[in-house]
Amino acid sequence: MIQKGTYVMVKKIVLKHNERSNNLPEDTKTKDYMMKIKGFLLEDANLNDLVEIETTTKRKVEGILIEVNPSYTHSFGDHVDEIDVMKSIILEETR
Amino acid sequence: MTDYEMMMSKRQAIMKSSLQLDYEQFELEGIAFDYEKMMNDAGYTFEEVQKIQIENHVGQTPLVELKNITEYARKFAKKGFGARIFLKDEALNLSGSFKARRAAISVYHAKKLGYKGVVAATSGNYGAAVAAMAARLKLKCIIVQEVFDSNEKNQPEIVEKARACEAYGAEVIQLSVGPELFYEFLLILEETGYFNASLYSPYGVKGIETLGYEIAEEMLRKEGKYPEVVIATNAGGGNLTGTARGLKYHGANHTRIVGASVDLTGLHMASDHDFNLKSFTTGHTGFGIPFATYPDRSDVPRSAARPLRYMDEYVLVNQGAVFFMTEALSLLEGMERGPAGNTSLAAAFSMAQELPEDFIIVVQESEYTGAGKHFNSQIAFAKSQGITLTFGHPLDEKPGKNLVFPTSGSLIKHKSLDMNQLKMSYLKRYKNHEFSMTELKYLEDELRVNQQTIIEMVGKINES
Repeated sequence: MIQKGTYVMVKKIVLKHNERSNNLPEDTKTKDYMMKIKGFLLEDANLNDLVEIETTTKRKVEGILIEVNPSYTHSFGDHVDEIDVMKSIILEETR
Repeated sequence: MTDYEMMMSKRQAIMKSSLQLDYEQFELEGIAFDYEKMMNDAGYTFEEVQKIQIENHVGQTPLVELKNITEYARKFAKKGFGARIFLKDEALNLSGSFKARRAAISVYHAKKLGYKGVVAATSGNYGAAVAAMAARLKLKCIIVQEVFDSNEKNQPEIVEKARACEAYGAEVIQLSVGPELFYEFLLILEETGYFNASLYSPYGVKGIETLGYEIAEEMLRKEGKYPEVVIATNAGGGNLTGTARGLKYHGANHTRIVGASVDLTGLHMASDHDFNLKSFTTGHTGFGIPFATYPDRSDVPRSAARPLRYMDEYVLVNQGAVFFMTEALSLLEGMERGPAGNTSLAAAFSMAQELPEDFIIVVQESEYTGAGKHFNSQIAFAKSQGITLTFGHPLDEKPGKNLVFPTSGSLIKHKSLDMNQLKMSYLKRYKNHEFSMTELKYLEDELRVNQQTIIEMVGKINES
């Protein structure tokens, strides 16, 4: 059970694939148009429930609960050998 | 009528109430409108714009000479060639990019009109800029961005931008791939009654005039002349437009204005599949060319960003070359900056070699870097998406298939686009249209070609 007031992320379908713009490439046409947004849970709920949240601007948004305490996990990425090669090229050509 | 169509049909009304700018007053006849009137009647003089920015920690950024990068370029130039390269370090603005200049005026205007909040549709640095300015003016802020594909894979660069927006207190709405971002944007505007802090309103572009002006002023003071060339990374066109206008306002009428974009030819901007195959989410041809040839595709009735009015040349560089130059800027100048802003730096490096050594090229912006927005994040992400990393001739790069890094700085080459072709693309929209004198005069200003040539170009299009 996830308690009311918890910071969560919800997901919802903005437009089903057949409701989308007519002007789309083939691969995009078959996909639903999705949204993700964060906010605070307004009622106790479980993962994957349809819930309502209050967003930063105090709007109420309904969606499927997909993540609890969403955080930033983006990084500087894995080590890339090619970057070292570029580094040595630049230093060799300028020193 | 579907929900989507219904929303789109309300577009004009929503735009009107969310900008409170009556675009009708600028319309002339048919396709023509009075661009200068729109820019001058927006409600802010150049000096007012400058004052607002200075009060908000925006602008007055250093213009630094990149002596080591210049020296590097000269290694590959003929004797007496290799122009001096300068960089306007816009990363030092509030929120870390030149977009602060645009946001400062848009958000200030929203506050002045009494709006409670602002909304911007942007996956780029502009979101953070609007959020930061909204924070200063105690306005609410919602940023709508395109972030993930149908596999729910996020573009790291855009995730970082979401983080920055949230750091400044904004609400971020993240969307999957598609042009319906505009639909969601309209929904939010209608629901909240907030101001549309569009990149393409006169406020969004007037804010950049100070950038061009500062370059002109500082160069004159330091070097006793205006720069021969100014290169702007080009996507939606506002950056180039505002910079050129500011240079001209100061009197730099002979400075050559060059637009530079990362070449992503072959990747479709609305394709779910292609979305995560690109290493750059801005400053690329997927925006640069469509916006140049049809500026009014934007989120306002008449875009204030009209690059073809100012662009003397449009050049492309490949992704591998931009990454290489991003690393060179760190290693040779001690400046760690974001890759997208370095698009024009890569072009400048190549172009400098073709110009005399007493010429000055100004790269007019840089942007902040960090997790997700760092070239290491971007290259590692590309690799994880199945993009091949190779060394060779960067012009052999196939966007979406590989990244080709140069085996030497000498291989960084820009590719010039045919300006005439771009102007033809602009005119194609008006196939079989009978132009009035007013419209021809308008096109003369839009495309910088005389009326006789326009008539000939249109003739060719009508025959095709």
